[in-house]
Amino acid sequence: MKKKIGVYVCHCGGNISDYVDIEKVKDAVKDEANVYLLKNTLFACSDSSQKGMVDDIKTSELDAIVVASCSPKLHVPTFRGVAARAGLNPYNYVQVNIREQSSWAHSDQPTGATEKAILLVKAGIARAAESQALTPIKIPTTNATAVIGAGIGGMRSAIALADMGTEVYLIEKEMSVGGHVANWGNLFTANINGNELAASLHNEIKKRPNIKLFTNAELTEKKGSIGNFDIKVKSGNETLPLHIGAFVVNTGFAPYEPVSGEYHFGEYDNVITLPEFKKLIDTPASELVYKGKTIKKIAYIYCVGSRQDEEGDNKYCSRYCCTAAIHSSIQVKSKFKNITNLHFNRGIRTYGKQELHYEESSKNGDIYLQFSLDSIPQIEKKGNKTIVKVKDILTAGKELETEADLIVLVTGMVPRKNENLTNQLKIPVGRDNFFNEIHMKLRPVETVIDGVFIAGTCQSPKNILETLNSSMAAAAKANSILTKGEMSLEPTLAMVNPAACNLCDNCFEACQFDAIVQTEYEGRKVAKINVSNCKGCGMCTPVCPTDAIDLADFTNAQIESMIDALTE
Amino acid sequence: MATNAQPRILVFSTEKISDPAIDLAGLLKKHYPFTVYTISVPCSSCIKPRWIMRAYEKGFDGVFIAADGTDCSYGESCGEKTSHIVTSTHQLMRDKGLKPSQLKMAALCSVCAEPFVKHITSFMKELEKLKYEALSTK
Repeated sequence: MKKKIGVYVCHCGGNISDYVDIEKVKDAVKDEANVYLLKNTLFACSDSSQKGMVDDIKTSELDAIVVASCSPKLHVPTFRGVAARAGLNPYNYVQVNIREQSSWAHSDQPTGATEKAILLVKAGIARAAESQALTPIKIPTTNATAVIGAGIGGMRSAIALADMGTEVYLIEKEMSVGGHVANWGNLFTANINGNELAASLHNEIKKRPNIKLFTNAELTEKKGSIGNFDIKVKSGNETLPLHIGAFVVNTGFAPYEPVSGEYHFGEYDNVITLPEFKKLIDTPASELVYKGKTIKKIAYIYCVGSRQDEEGDNKYCSRYCCTAAIHSSIQVKSKFKNITNLHFNRGIRTYGKQELHYEESSKNGDIYLQFSLDSIPQIEKKGNKTIVKVKDILTAGKELETEADLIVLVTGMVPRKNENLTNQLKIPVGRDNFFNEIHMKLRPVETVIDGVFIAGTCQSPKNILETLNSSMAAAAKANSILTKGEMSLEPTLAMVNPAACNLCDNCFEACQFDAIVQTEYEGRKVAKINVSNCKGCGMCTPVCPTDAIDLADFTNAQIESMIDALTE
Repeated sequence: MATNAQPRILVFSTEKISDPAIDLAGLLKKHYPFTVYTISVPCSSCIKPRWIMRAYEKGFDGVFIAADGTDCSYGESCGEKTSHIVTSTHQLMRDKGLKPSQLKMAALCSVCAEPFVKHITSFMKELEKLKYEALSTK
């Protein structure tokens, strides 16, 4: 039967339309069979576009829709919702990925990207024409979560999950909890010490019987899928099997370690990193002394290991280091007498309330000098003296030089290496090599691995407040999926055509889930799918010698019509 | 059918595991030839030989199965079963005068953006060579 299909081609701002000629795509598919309505949209996912689609489906009585935009991982739930709101079965909607698999993958060849997008949209239309109305299947879920990493973020996730009624297994690789923060001194803005913050969270964990903390522990095995993972955790010499519904990964960052010779790090004994400096000023003393020398004049060099040029891997801003350096400079001045702070920066990024700190430092008499990446400060020794030279943007590029007793390299964050966890969970990493969320704004704590959520600085550089916020967001997301006790799965069930079945044993042998049973059909014994056991893998379909089994939503008709469309 | 001379590859990838790797390649702007098209399936062990043969019949030069391997959420036998599909399809291909090297399979996990691009680039080169040899013998 001929279907009335609505096709929407998205510009995604310019993410798609900068490389794919949307008008050409529309022109090429307008005469395809079943296309009843064809529109382009600046952002298909926007509220106004979604409302327009709902109106179109209702007004034009569409039988199916095709949305050509981004990866299905991002917006399938969005547009299934659109279909449902309009009274259309959500499985009569087809997503076509012309962003990740066309405009971005072939941004070097816009003509090719357009040609590919045309064929992908045609294939989507062909699939939609063969689509059937389907009903999702429900599976029970386990309301238990493994939180990996017991830094402040992981502990906050665990507390939030526990308070929402989820059983939590908090897994920490080290012998103690709190991560980097537990070793830090005074923190802005709370004005408490890092170890106090870590201890207060740890105390909260101890109060909750539904949090089980494992230290010196690692995830060693993971099987299953969202809602029902079987995992093994090695804690000391013991390996424990656990059954969980989701993961929250909160494994934190590693501090950037300057390469040897970077600003003479490792060559001059008075060049240190910000974490080393923070430890130094936290040490009780009446005078600031480093390696036997009294320190009075401190030069802070910002953005070391962050915002690197084309040759460096770390293009990102580490977000916390401007504030941390200024905070340290205020502390050092309040704790020790006659300190001069010189901040060699590339533009101070003390956003939000942290701006108050910058103001305080400026009022304290700290000196700010700004450099650009093509003219970084030069450090040299003149006898016993260390000289820092810079072309200061704030004084019209004038070359200034000053002596400094101590050079503090304001180092940022880099991704923590954790091959074992990456191998177990297979979380993709982004261009910055941190774990990658599906979408920074729309799905900020979800990964492409269903049931695996990320939070904190394993995802991107964050300050403490941002870490705690994302940790609670990940906890809320995991809980929202598990707390209902069941979740919907794709209705991709195998379907036997009894007329074609000769009842050989092939499908019984192929199925790992005992989902094939015998039944009677017109006096013959034939195979039948036990839908409560079928997982929708389709392993039974290619082994059938008479091709009597199809997989719903991946039928011969759908796949072959797509192949045909891709070769038009 | 498109008129460009570049070989055309149909990729069967899996929704949960290898699709994210191919998407990640795009996100990271790791370029590969645009004549590579993907059809997603739940698991590589559900790919029917008739679909692969249909692709050749309609003009694809190569088919690449981006299998889940041991990461498959449906079970560890997925890799073995996908290999059987490849083996039985090879026979069908020989019967039609196609070379078994026109069908490739490799396990790709969700972070395998770089391996995907390497596999596809090298497969494309092989197919170009095959295409050139076929033209030379005509």
